[in-house]
Amino acid sequence: MIAIDVKNLTKKFDQFVAVDDISFQVEKGGIFAFLGPNGAGKSTVIKMMTTILYPTDGSIFINNYNIHNEKSEVRKSIGVIFQDHTLDDELTAYENLYYHSALYKIPERIRREKIDDMLHYVGLLDRKNDLVRTFSGGMKRRIEIARGLLHSPTILFLDEPTLGLDVQTRAFLWNYIKKINEEQGITIFFTTHNMEEVENIATKIAIIDKGRILSQGTSKEIKKATKTKTLENAFLTLTGYGIREQSADK
Amino acid sequence: MNSALVVMWHRQIKSYFRNRQRLAVTLVQPSLFLIAFRFGIGGMFEQSGRGNYIQFLIPGIVGMTILMSSTMGGMSLIWDKQFGFLKETLVAPVSRTSLLFGRCLGGATTSFVQGLIVLFLGFSMGFRIINWGLFPLALIVMFTIALLFNLLGTSIASKFDDMHSFPAIMNFMVMPMIFISGALFPTDGFPPVIKFLVKINPFTYCNHLLKYSMGSAALHSILLDIAVIVIIVSILGSLGTYFFNKMET
Ligand SMILES: Nc1ncnc2c1ncn2[C@@H]1O[C@H](COP(=O)(O)OP(=O)(O)O)[C@@H](O)[C@H]1O
Ligand SMILES: [Mg+2]
Repeated sequence: MIAIDVKNLTKKFDQFVAVDDISFQVEKGGIFAFLGPNGAGKSTVIKMMTTILYPTDGSIFINNYNIHNEKSEVRKSIGVIFQDHTLDDELTAYENLYYHSALYKIPERIRREKIDDMLHYVGLLDRKNDLVRTFSGGMKRRIEIARGLLHSPTILFLDEPTLGLDVQTRAFLWNYIKKINEEQGITIFFTTHNMEEVENIATKIAIIDKGRILSQGTSKEIKKATKTKTLENAFLTLTGYGIREQSADK
Repeated sequence: MNSALVVMWHRQIKSYFRNRQRLAVTLVQPSLFLIAFRFGIGGMFEQSGRGNYIQFLIPGIVGMTILMSSTMGGMSLIWDKQFGFLKETLVAPVSRTSLLFGRCLGGATTSFVQGLIVLFLGFSMGFRIINWGLFPLALIVMFTIALLFNLLGTSIASKFDDMHSFPAIMNFMVMPMIFISGALFPTDGFPPVIKFLVKINPFTYCNHLLKYSMGSAALHSILLDIAVIVIIVSILGSLGTYFFNKMET
């Protein structure tokens, strides 16, 4: 079963080609990583797969739904954690999750319990009535994970989920992701430029730079194809040694 | 709470009242206008035999309050873009139309409440409703004006990303709309060019209908006002829906 099917995807911003004719597939229940330097086009691809940015060309099927004309079905079946925070700072953790549950039409009678359960899983039940404004970056991320999973999606997208988090929160987050992947079979798609995360977590990897996929497969396959010993060396061999500027996500 | 429209409406109201500072600012400004105009040109107005200035001014100030706070309703969309919450709503399985109208009805509700507060301030300054039979119309008009300018502000905001240029543009539009609408002082002494601007100013018709519904004599048929307001709300509603459907992030 294929959960994500992307074919010949292209995105141009005016003349600039941010995503250049890429294709890949993600198996249901798999953990797929997009590994690429800053500005590679990772966020742009995630935004197109999650229906908030329109492709210039190519096709995307999410759970066999076409993102062009079955947006609603696509949206119902996915959970998304964007690169930048998307919580309402002026609301409490509980209120953020409550509005989410209402937008996703989770039956009213199970909302409270479900929200409390999710907050418990991410260890923030005791902070549920605090304004998100008072939370650290790591806590906000945990709330976002709770929110992204609240409506029981079958695919979870995470765009550089551990950027700026401390070691403990990172460890917690990946353990949790692994757990929901194993126990509930949720398909995971994440982006990062951290080799370790990819090597430890992902079952399949695509190395992306300048809008193109340079290599894809398992870590082993990529190392073999590039005749390198570590994923880091494979990455550098493929993407070169030039330094990339960090740009704010739009 | 099950439809996206209600969710967004609820959220807009909640975040509005949670931000005390914003609430204070949007009430202080009209109060200052009220005092300045009351004592600044009230005497002149009454000397020229136009009747009681408070009776003239209060509906205008109420309209102004609603206009100013409504266009700023678009600001919350800019904030949501900036701080990310917009993405959470755009990626949700709900129609963009309900997101737009939920936001705008929420904004309209808070603007309406502010208009009411200023109206009560007016009562304390001696304003009287002469015909209570028309008062329900006044409330409907207040809410409709609030919706109209929330749609305007939000539609424009959907095209802007910048926290600084949006308020500047809004101020640039709103201030002239207020001054050449007849809300605060009569427009009959204006030169022809400005009189023409008065005629094409949508707020002129909002103000006229509001003044009429609060007891002023009509200067033209209120059917014209109603027609103008209904047409503009429909146009802005369709335009806003179009922009929201196209919105990417
Ligand atoms: N809305 C936009 N308009 C113009 N250029 C954009 C826009 N969004 C992204 N880009 C450009 O597209 C490229 C890929 O960006 P992005 O997908 O954010 O990279 P990544 O997430 O891999 O760091 C970058 O060069 C970025 O500047
Ligand atoms: Mg990115």
